[in-house]
Amino acid sequence: MHSENNSSASIPATPTARLRHRRRSNEVNPDAGKANGHLLVNDRNKYKSFLVRAYSTVWMIGGFVLIVYMGHLYITAMVVVIQIFMARELFNLLRKAHEERDLPGFRLLNWHFFFTAMLFVYGRILSQRLVNTVTPDKFLFQLVSSLIKYHMAICYFLYISGFVWFILTLKKKMYKYQFGQYAWTHMILIVVFTQSSFTVASIFEGIFWFLLPASLIVINDIAAYIFGFFFGRTPLIKLSPKKTWEGFIGASVATIISAFVLANFLGRFQWLTCPRKDLSTGWLDCDPGPLFKPESFTLHEWVPLWFPWKEIVVLPVQWHALCLGLFASIIAPFGGFFASGFKRAFKVKDFGDSIPGHGGITDRMDCQMVMAVFAFIYHQSFIVPQSLSVEMIVEQILTNLTLEEQQALYVKLGQIIKERLFGQ
Amino acid sequence: MWMLLGFMFILYLGHLYIWAMVVVIQIYMAKELFSLLRRAPEDRFLPGSRLLNWHFYFTAVLFVYGRILSQQLVNTVIYDKFLHRILSAFIKYQMVICYFFYIAGFMWFILSLKKRSYKYQFSQYAWTHMILIVVFAQSSFLVANIFQGIFWFLLPASLIAINDVAAYFFGFFFGKTPLIKLSPKKTWEGFIGASVATVIYAFVFANILGRFQWLTCPRKDLSTSWLQCDPGPLFKPEFHSFPGWIPEWVPSKGISVLPVQWHALCLGLFASIIAPFGGFFASGFKRAFKIKDFGDSIPGHGGVTDRNDCQMVMAVFAYIYHQSFVVPQSYSVEIIMDEIMRSLNLDQQQALHAKLGQILHLRQFGL
Repeated sequence: MHSENNSSASIPATPTARLRHRRRSNEVNPDAGKANGHLLVNDRNKYKSFLVRAYSTVWMIGGFVLIVYMGHLYITAMVVVIQIFMARELFNLLRKAHEERDLPGFRLLNWHFFFTAMLFVYGRILSQRLVNTVTPDKFLFQLVSSLIKYHMAICYFLYISGFVWFILTLKKKMYKYQFGQYAWTHMILIVVFTQSSFTVASIFEGIFWFLLPASLIVINDIAAYIFGFFFGRTPLIKLSPKKTWEGFIGASVATIISAFVLANFLGRFQWLTCPRKDLSTGWLDCDPGPLFKPESFTLHEWVPLWFPWKEIVVLPVQWHALCLGLFASIIAPFGGFFASGFKRAFKVKDFGDSIPGHGGITDRMDCQMVMAVFAFIYHQSFIVPQSLSVEMIVEQILTNLTLEEQQALYVKLGQIIKERLFGQ
Repeated sequence: MWMLLGFMFILYLGHLYIWAMVVVIQIYMAKELFSLLRRAPEDRFLPGSRLLNWHFYFTAVLFVYGRILSQQLVNTVIYDKFLHRILSAFIKYQMVICYFFYIAGFMWFILSLKKRSYKYQFSQYAWTHMILIVVFAQSSFLVANIFQGIFWFLLPASLIAINDVAAYFFGFFFGKTPLIKLSPKKTWEGFIGASVATVIYAFVFANILGRFQWLTCPRKDLSTSWLQCDPGPLFKPEFHSFPGWIPEWVPSKGISVLPVQWHALCLGLFASIIAPFGGFFASGFKRAFKIKDFGDSIPGHGGVTDRNDCQMVMAVFAYIYHQSFVVPQSYSVEIIMDEIMRSLNLDQQQALHAKLGQILHLRQFGL
């Protein structure tokens, strides 16, 4: 009858709430009968835990803001580090020590696939930016261009060598275990890399598109906790007995409102709204585009006369933020439910123990992962006016023609367009 | 035998029908694999889990074929204004649509979790994902290759078939040393003999196949009519004269080689050395999970997956090879200009021009 931040969701989460969840998770199959006894509303120590929670929340937010200030490259580095930790936790999760002893090199195989995935995913996303960074240096430029040209082939061969390696290491009594591990490795890499690659892609489109969704998840969690703290009564879902409908609905409303407001606030900073075209760390200057130009709306007669503002200034991006907020409050929590169900299914207490008192990194990131994917797809579909054909052809031109040929094509195309325009 | 004849008939009919055949094979494979690790007693309490699997399957179809065939689809309906608009909208929002289908399936899965069956349900979920990835990665690459030219589907597929048949024959007559513990019937003699045979066959067969425009021309839309195109520099015969040390009595002074035959050599090499690992993987998998065959669709041969395991590895390689090494060679300023003129309207051309200008500008400043 109250809601509580599930061990899965946001980055800033306090130790005590985790502790409470830890205690409950020890009883692997918590039955409905016990749920009521642990409701936050009835907890006597809730005020003390609140303070502890607030303290670590502030600490984490501070660190996060610092990294955002330092820029795209550092945020990407942070994402990569988080990813490595997550992968390590998940790799270890279903590994069984005694069977591992007869399989030397198996861990190495996992990291081989990890490295291949990394090369593939970041190679695709950052290729254009990498090229723009090394443009001044002729030698590096040629090296990078050919790497990008044969990028798919290189990654494929790395993967195939891992595949062949796997088959050659199959040992008689351990087929089932090894195949299970192989499938598990693939699932982990897909889960970890899909969302982190989308996160990095969003970052380079503008830190705004990473910061807004991430903070919406955080706000949703905190709001759910607070609403559950004070009002929570009706349980939400069997998977997470501490979540309540009051917390859920209250948090949804709070998230959507804060999405609208936060978008306005964040959209004023060029550091956050400008896309990064290369891998430098310098200051950014750009025309942020129509989405971030304020428009004023005059409020009509139905607003009472005593209302101080006759018109409000809205950045068009705030409407998009509403959609993001809606998703963050309604769909993203399912990432948390999934993680809870998963831990219950495999009788695991936590994904890891990197963060003392909080469990592992994956516990913190599960809702973030769902949100990151959505944010990127939303951005690509509704915000970037993309033309499939133009993008495809530009890519073809860039990857298949030499610089001289590209320039020749550019000149030719310009001529033809001019002719057609004058002909009209 | 009739499998071979049916296959050749479909080839004759064309790209669209080959695609349909691939889709049908894919459905059967997915059905086999879905059923494989399902355990009947646990499934009884989980109504709708089979439907969920097919929901994810449908989402994958929409995603994969939407991406690959979008250009072809657009070119097909270009004359019908209404359809064209619907289709363009669909392609623009394809990713969101597929994403929402997937998320709907994800939420459905979570809401259907039942107390005692968590572990079973999660395993089924993971299993569904693995199946769809395996089945769709290779079939999507296969279809992409088909529309680049039936040659790029037919050659790799036949190389695998030849490799199998040759390995069988060489093993039959000369086989002595076992190759790998996973498949006790395979021998080193069979393996090496088949490799040599496959590589030679690749070289020769590429020459034969490369002469037919029906096989070498790419299909730009979804029609089924006859194809007419300039096959490109890869399929133009080049004459290589023999070096001086060849004796006088050899009848020809040289051989004409299609440049594509060198590519075929690489494909043959892969087909003989790496592709069999697909078969080893399947054998190991069957041993691990104590199953005899993946299914029983084909009498005497097991299921569709049993027949296709090496084909799957080959299809992926063929596509990646094609994209990395064949396609760039056939590009030139003229070809791309043609494509720009053909597929973009004036606005898009201007947008492209502007974008290209930006990028080149950036590069020029660096240099």
